[in-house]
Amino acid sequence: MTEQTTGSPTRNHDWNSEQFRKNLARRRRGEIVLRGFGLAAIGLAFLMLAILLWTLISGGAQAFRQTHVAIEVPISAELVDPANPADGNYRTVMRDAMQTTFPDADPSELRALAGILSNAAQFVVRDRVVDDPSLIGQTVRINVPTSDPYDQLNKGNVDIDSDEALRRLDDTDIAAFKQLQDEGRITLPINWALLTNADSRFPELAGLKGAIIGSAYALLVCFLISFPLGIGAAIYLEEFAPKNKLSDVIEVNINNLAAVPSVVFGLLALAVFLGWFGMPRSAPFVGGLTLSLMTLPTIIIATRAALKAVPPSIREAALGVGASKQQVVFGHVLPLAMPGILTGTIIGLAQALGETAPLLLIGMNAFVTAAPSSPFDAATALPTQIFIWADSPERGFVARTSAAILVLLGFLVMMNAIAIYLRSRFERRW
Amino acid sequence: MYDMNRVENAVGQDEIKISARNVQVWYGETHAIKDVDVDILDKTVTAFIGPSGCGKSTFLRCINRMNDSIPSARIEGEIRLDGEDIYDRSIDPVQLRARVGMVFQKPNPFPKSIYDNVSYGPRIHGLARNRAELDEIVERSLRDAALWNEVKDRLQEPGTGLSGGQQQRLCIARAIATSPEMLLMDEPCSALDPIATGQVEELIDHLRQDFSVVIVTHSMQQAARVSQKTAFFHLGSLVEYGETDEIFTKPQDPRTESYISGRIG
Ligand SMILES: Nc1ncnc2c1ncn2[C@@H]1O[C@H](COP(=O)(O)OP(=O)(O)O)[C@@H](O)[C@H]1O
Ligand SMILES: [Mg+2]
Repeated sequence: MTEQTTGSPTRNHDWNSEQFRKNLARRRRGEIVLRGFGLAAIGLAFLMLAILLWTLISGGAQAFRQTHVAIEVPISAELVDPANPADGNYRTVMRDAMQTTFPDADPSELRALAGILSNAAQFVVRDRVVDDPSLIGQTVRINVPTSDPYDQLNKGNVDIDSDEALRRLDDTDIAAFKQLQDEGRITLPINWALLTNADSRFPELAGLKGAIIGSAYALLVCFLISFPLGIGAAIYLEEFAPKNKLSDVIEVNINNLAAVPSVVFGLLALAVFLGWFGMPRSAPFVGGLTLSLMTLPTIIIATRAALKAVPPSIREAALGVGASKQQVVFGHVLPLAMPGILTGTIIGLAQALGETAPLLLIGMNAFVTAAPSSPFDAATALPTQIFIWADSPERGFVARTSAAILVLLGFLVMMNAIAIYLRSRFERRW
Repeated sequence: MYDMNRVENAVGQDEIKISARNVQVWYGETHAIKDVDVDILDKTVTAFIGPSGCGKSTFLRCINRMNDSIPSARIEGEIRLDGEDIYDRSIDPVQLRARVGMVFQKPNPFPKSIYDNVSYGPRIHGLARNRAELDEIVERSLRDAALWNEVKDRLQEPGTGLSGGQQQRLCIARAIATSPEMLLMDEPCSALDPIATGQVEELIDHLRQDFSVVIVTHSMQQAARVSQKTAFFHLGSLVEYGETDEIFTKPQDPRTESYISGRIG
């Protein structure tokens, strides 16, 4: 029995044998399948992102433009006192303007035509006059926003062939609008009001100014509270606290805190800040406090990770020449950890910027038509404003919801870009 | 002239700088240093040799109380610097470390300028009254560390931009800038190439005129080249301590002999 049985291993491998080739083919197949799965996953993620952006942009792009109509406005000194142009009788000015613009229309036609103008038209005229009082006594051609139904008509969102009874604009309205278009009075300029106006009942007037300022105040408060507190807590836990059972428990709890659903923090804020301390409802200050409850654990965790990443050799070097613990931490470790800390902080704040649920609970979804002038005034925030608009039935708000989401995403991308910039700017230098 | 130096050296060599008695170190349950008695002389290079993990670094770090920063470390026994118990409550380890400088295995300059690296110690200990004095200390330390000529034109450049050997000499300059009485070096050449190692060894020999130097090394050739006294550690105990020549030529203990001949470690 000198022949080798199949069971005993041989040293003379035939690398070209059927068996080896099969084995190789199987391994290669495994690799291809794995790579295929990876590519499919990434492709799917990109597809989802593309769909999201496409729906937002296609739906929201229209809101970045607003239909305007040019009207002839006679501004008489009787209606607008040149000494105090802000307090003029602009309601009557507008009626005169309609008459001047449409000299042939009878009173009932005029009333119908007035519906083309936005309710805010008189404020647009007022602002023009306040800016330039020399207009008083003249007849000026001014572009004012149209009301939402005509804005939608101009943007092609109204099906003219549909049943007249189901439309907000009947055939005479549409004919009148066509007439204005033919006269070249209709324009579609960029809608700066989306950023410079506060919220409004009328979609053509509604803007994000209040929400942006509200969010900015809330983030500022959130930063001022969670940044120093978070860094302080992290430095103490990482550098000074004795490592024992108690510090283990604290560590586990901070990690858990970062995973608590945000709506819970909202309920907590409702009970504590509003209930016990009687803080004002809907105020960005309270919103900032609430958000800082969520940002704090994020900053603590990021700071501890950044402190841990500073190589022990730097600490030894400083200790070795006789630096005290405090000098080691504040003179050497903290500066080296700063980029990581800042990155973590910005990411925490970006999370806070998009947070909705806790702000709803403390009433930051109130209907407020003026931008807040302090963190204690009632205001909305960007995500809650989106929430409000998404709930509004007017066609104009549908587009504005998408536009507001795009603005919010813009801010988020900006914050993440800052984080990336900081990280690369302060590359590790050891 | 030569003779005078020798006489001075001879006087210096008799002075005991560090005297350790019954030193024990535990890391938690690990008994890392067992009952070590040793007298380290002034103006002498003392080499600590032994297989890795035998406690050389641990004992070295007892001399400037660097082990204080390790929570699990516990030290017993007595270590005296010039007759003064360094573990006495009246001694502040922060000040002790200015008097007993340390150089580490891996060059670890601060990520700051060369000037700031050297001036850091004198600044935090308030050793200079003004900028001119600080400049003087920086220059003198860099000269003593044989680095001045290479960096004098770029003192404001980051210390981390130097070569490995230059970085280690910068660390030596940083350590001697506080005018310490002793210099502890933990395998200072293990991350350096042979040329840089030669420069640092030359420097150590030169530093001996002013300091008591203790150097941990895993290279027996290096111990033989730079040191006058050698201590052999094994499993946490000090097995043998004596003149370097005698340790290498006629070791008393069989463990020393087998380590030197390459049978353990
Ligand atoms: N920080 C520490 N914590 C726990 N054990 C340590 C620590 N440092 C060193 N040891 C242990 O102490 C012993 C001696 O280590 P060390 O002094 O570093 O040896 P050497 O420098 O001679 O290689 C080793 O067994 C090592 O595992
Ligand atoms: Mg060691």
